[in-house]
Amino acid sequence: MSPIIKRKGEKHPLPSKYLLCIMTVLCTALMAVTIGTDLLNRPLNTAVGYVIVPFQQGISRLGGWFSGRSAELVQIRTLLDENARLKEEIAALTEENTLLQQDKYELISLRELVSLSEQYGEYKKVAARIIGRDSGNWFSAFTIDKGEDDGLAVNMNVIAGGGLVGRITAVGPNWSKVTSIISDNSNVSGMTLATEDNLMVTGDLKRMADGCITFSQLVDSHDRVVVGDKVVTSNISDKYLPNILIGYISSIEKDANNLTKSGLIIPAVDFERLGEVLIITDMKQVITGAAQH
Amino acid sequence: MLRKFTVALLILICYILQSSVFSGLTFAGIIPNLMIILTSSFGFMRGEKEGLVIGFFCGLLTDIFFGSFLGFYALVLMYIGYLNGKFSRIFYPEDIKLPIALIVTSDLSYGIICYVLSFMLRGRFQFTYYFTHIILPEALYTILATMLLYPVLLKINGKLEAWEKRREQKFV
Repeated sequence: MSPIIKRKGEKHPLPSKYLLCIMTVLCTALMAVTIGTDLLNRPLNTAVGYVIVPFQQGISRLGGWFSGRSAELVQIRTLLDENARLKEEIAALTEENTLLQQDKYELISLRELVSLSEQYGEYKKVAARIIGRDSGNWFSAFTIDKGEDDGLAVNMNVIAGGGLVGRITAVGPNWSKVTSIISDNSNVSGMTLATEDNLMVTGDLKRMADGCITFSQLVDSHDRVVVGDKVVTSNISDKYLPNILIGYISSIEKDANNLTKSGLIIPAVDFERLGEVLIITDMKQVITGAAQH
Repeated sequence: MLRKFTVALLILICYILQSSVFSGLTFAGIIPNLMIILTSSFGFMRGEKEGLVIGFFCGLLTDIFFGSFLGFYALVLMYIGYLNGKFSRIFYPEDIKLPIALIVTSDLSYGIICYVLSFMLRGRFQFTYYFTHIILPEALYTILATMLLYPVLLKINGKLEAWEKRREQKFV
């Protein structure tokens, strides 16, 4: 082997020390650029959207298929029993339904009287499947299989089973990242439904295992908020639409300052078993704009 | 060329496994850190430069999907890859103790760095809680994953090195 050929074979004559310095500067520059702006997000999100997301979609679909098949086998017998029971229930419910329908007509006419529009059902929603979860153990975020091409954008609210899941914090062409409300870096401005007291709902890694999130800054001088009260997103939040159910208060404690209260909330959504979510494509800004006109 | 392609494929496979398959195989809500295994094994098998580059790309991928800004995980994993590369001089493929010790140390320091920079700086000071509930379980689970993944990586690297040697000889 002649030394000339050997040198040709070596593609990187740069010593690793210098490479480390260069890459460190590069990383720092990246951080500096992306903390303030989202200049680089679009090309990178698009690139990974085409390379990685198809695989994740495939795997999640495959996983869903397998768990579906195994569940089918286990459940056939129980389902037969359940079916018989449910048929009886249907009969009872149909009767009840006709009664409720009558009530509903009454309710609608009464609502028209006070010109109150039903808020929750009016939002436009898009369904999406969860295809990947946060690869670390520190925060709680996941990726879904819909993105910009389906009309999604950053800050859209995500719900599942009637409760708030979180909001979109990044979008690619065919994927988006959802930061959930149980994540340690998430804050939601909420209020109690019964008394309309404002509070701040914060995710906490320490409580994540118990399935709880914390709330704080509740000013409740008349002690009207009790355990079991519903907490919904507040009217004053700038990212969350109002009146989406967050969860139920499970404990209240007075803070050391004797002015505010804090405690725990059990979320309405089961974050452990989350497969599909709904994204509300209406944004808060649009809603307030329309309300003003 | 073959090496670059294989390594890129390995990074993608590990990332996809970690974000979709292993999130269904959690123990007490903890996911093993395959990116650390990949970065540090290529670090001590191949040297500083390769560890550094692989760490950078592993981190960048995590940043794009789950970081709030780019460059943080890339920087941390890059340094881990580089420091692991320092041990390539005393690495022998037959010895399993050094790789495991290095991977565990890397994962523990990765956890501690993540805690300090993204939790302690936000006023969450209960280090012992986070250490015993997040960092330590992750390291233990990562050892388990290492037992499965590391022999595969070792074999792939052996095949690549054999291929490179043959090609070099042919070239001469």
